[in-house]
Amino acid sequence: MSPESDPDLPAGVERRRLDGRDRLATRGEPVYGEPTDGEWRVWDAGRSKLGAMLQSGMDTGLGGGETVLYLGAASGTTVSHVADFAGPTYAVEFAPRPTRDLLPVAEARDNLFPLLKDARKPETYAHVVEPVDALVQDVATRGQAEVANRNRRFLREDGRLLAVVKARSEDVTADPEDVFEAFLDALSGYEVLETTSLDPYHEDHLAVVARPE
Amino acid sequence: MSDTEGGWFAGLAPDDAEGAARRIRDGETDSPRQWPALAVESGFAADTEAYYDRLREATLAATRAAVREAETAGDRQLVHAVRSMDDTERVANELAERLAEWAGTRYPDAGTGVDAARDLAARDPTDPADERVVSLARRVVDLTDERDDLRAFVERTAPEVAPNLSAMAGPVLAARLVALAGGLESLAKKPSGTVQVLGAEDALFAHLAGRASSPKHGVIFVHDYVRNTHPDERGSAARALAGKLSIAARVDHYSGDLRPELQAELDERITTIRARTDDPGPNSAPDTDVEPTDDAASDDGGDDA
Repeated sequence: MSPESDPDLPAGVERRRLDGRDRLATRGEPVYGEPTDGEWRVWDAGRSKLGAMLQSGMDTGLGGGETVLYLGAASGTTVSHVADFAGPTYAVEFAPRPTRDLLPVAEARDNLFPLLKDARKPETYAHVVEPVDALVQDVATRGQAEVANRNRRFLREDGRLLAVVKARSEDVTADPEDVFEAFLDALSGYEVLETTSLDPYHEDHLAVVARPE
Repeated sequence: MSDTEGGWFAGLAPDDAEGAARRIRDGETDSPRQWPALAVESGFAADTEAYYDRLREATLAATRAAVREAETAGDRQLVHAVRSMDDTERVANELAERLAEWAGTRYPDAGTGVDAARDLAARDPTDPADERVVSLARRVVDLTDERDDLRAFVERTAPEVAPNLSAMAGPVLAARLVALAGGLESLAKKPSGTVQVLGAEDALFAHLAGRASSPKHGVIFVHDYVRNTHPDERGSAARALAGKLSIAARVDHYSGDLRPELQAELDERITTIRARTDDPGPNSAPDTDVEPTDDAASDDGGDDA
């Protein structure tokens, strides 16, 4: 059960042996019935796209303790893990129903700030959110590149955009490869550092790491 | 006083929790700034830790209030009610089938369905197995009664939430459309072509994937104007109905006025469409007060959601 140290993972995230498998885990209050091992709780890569990015070995630039703006927090599955290892974490979600579930997740953490806001309108939360080291984007809407472009204002010079592009949110009928290409073309003001398909954890999703130009 | 322009805490007293929550909700500014440092400089917070404590309280309070407001809105309540109505009916039917299986082994005269459940529920059990059968029958009856109460609630609430849409579609179909769209605002923003096939998503995606022809209608099939129009003209009737329903939803969401002329325009259009097949349908008079039976939609293969 001894944790393996892994230089690619942020401080506060470890691979631990649970249910006979090596799984990512963070320390915090359980949120969605995930398996736990003492104070560690499993970060399920099948349920979390950022978890899948770390699992697949992408260089996210996350080291632990950074300031994070998370767009598309939904009910808090992933953002709860982020708040476990990061510093101040701003969680933006547009839909009231999942935000209802996000509230208790935020209440159980000191550094998670929930905001019921539209990620396409950053001016409605720029009065609250400070410049951040990491902009995590997982929004299921059309115009995902435009969301990233508009929210670039929050990124520090050496910050990272960690975006998950959901092909089906743009166009269910299009070839996902075309959607991904269109996303990367439409991304402006960013230098793309790495892209990876999130198969088999999440079908038709592309993970993108970029930094502001 | 330091420059805190644009920040949610600008000019705010540190203990003004209500004002803070309001600022989080309604404030705007173009660009983020080093808010924690600025708040400390301006004396709003003693240090960044105190700042984050206040920020946490304010964002939690603001978001809690915003969620409550959004979720208790009339259309949200209507959506929950109509979904609960469908769920109770489905579960009651499932349990009634199970009950008929079991009761048939004990009472040769036991029938099937909800009426049989009512008969069984009235019996006096004579042994432990009987007790369970009779008790199960009572649950079925209770669920069916609950479904009727939910339906009555939907019929009462839908005209308050969406008066034009309810007048045209009938309250239950109106509630279903709002539920399928995810709220009155979403419904109001949908193009009428989408409203036309709401509830026929499986058929629509099969079509988009090239496996089927395009669905002509979703849940609006239960409307008299679609169901009782000759099959050759049903597509046209569904398109005309969906067009007016979309307008009705938009009026309901954006203005709330009553526009009876919408119904008259629709009646006229449907009369024209039905004249093409010289088939006014078995029920040519517009009769939107009576909700068509709910299982009608599933008679139409491929269009069930």
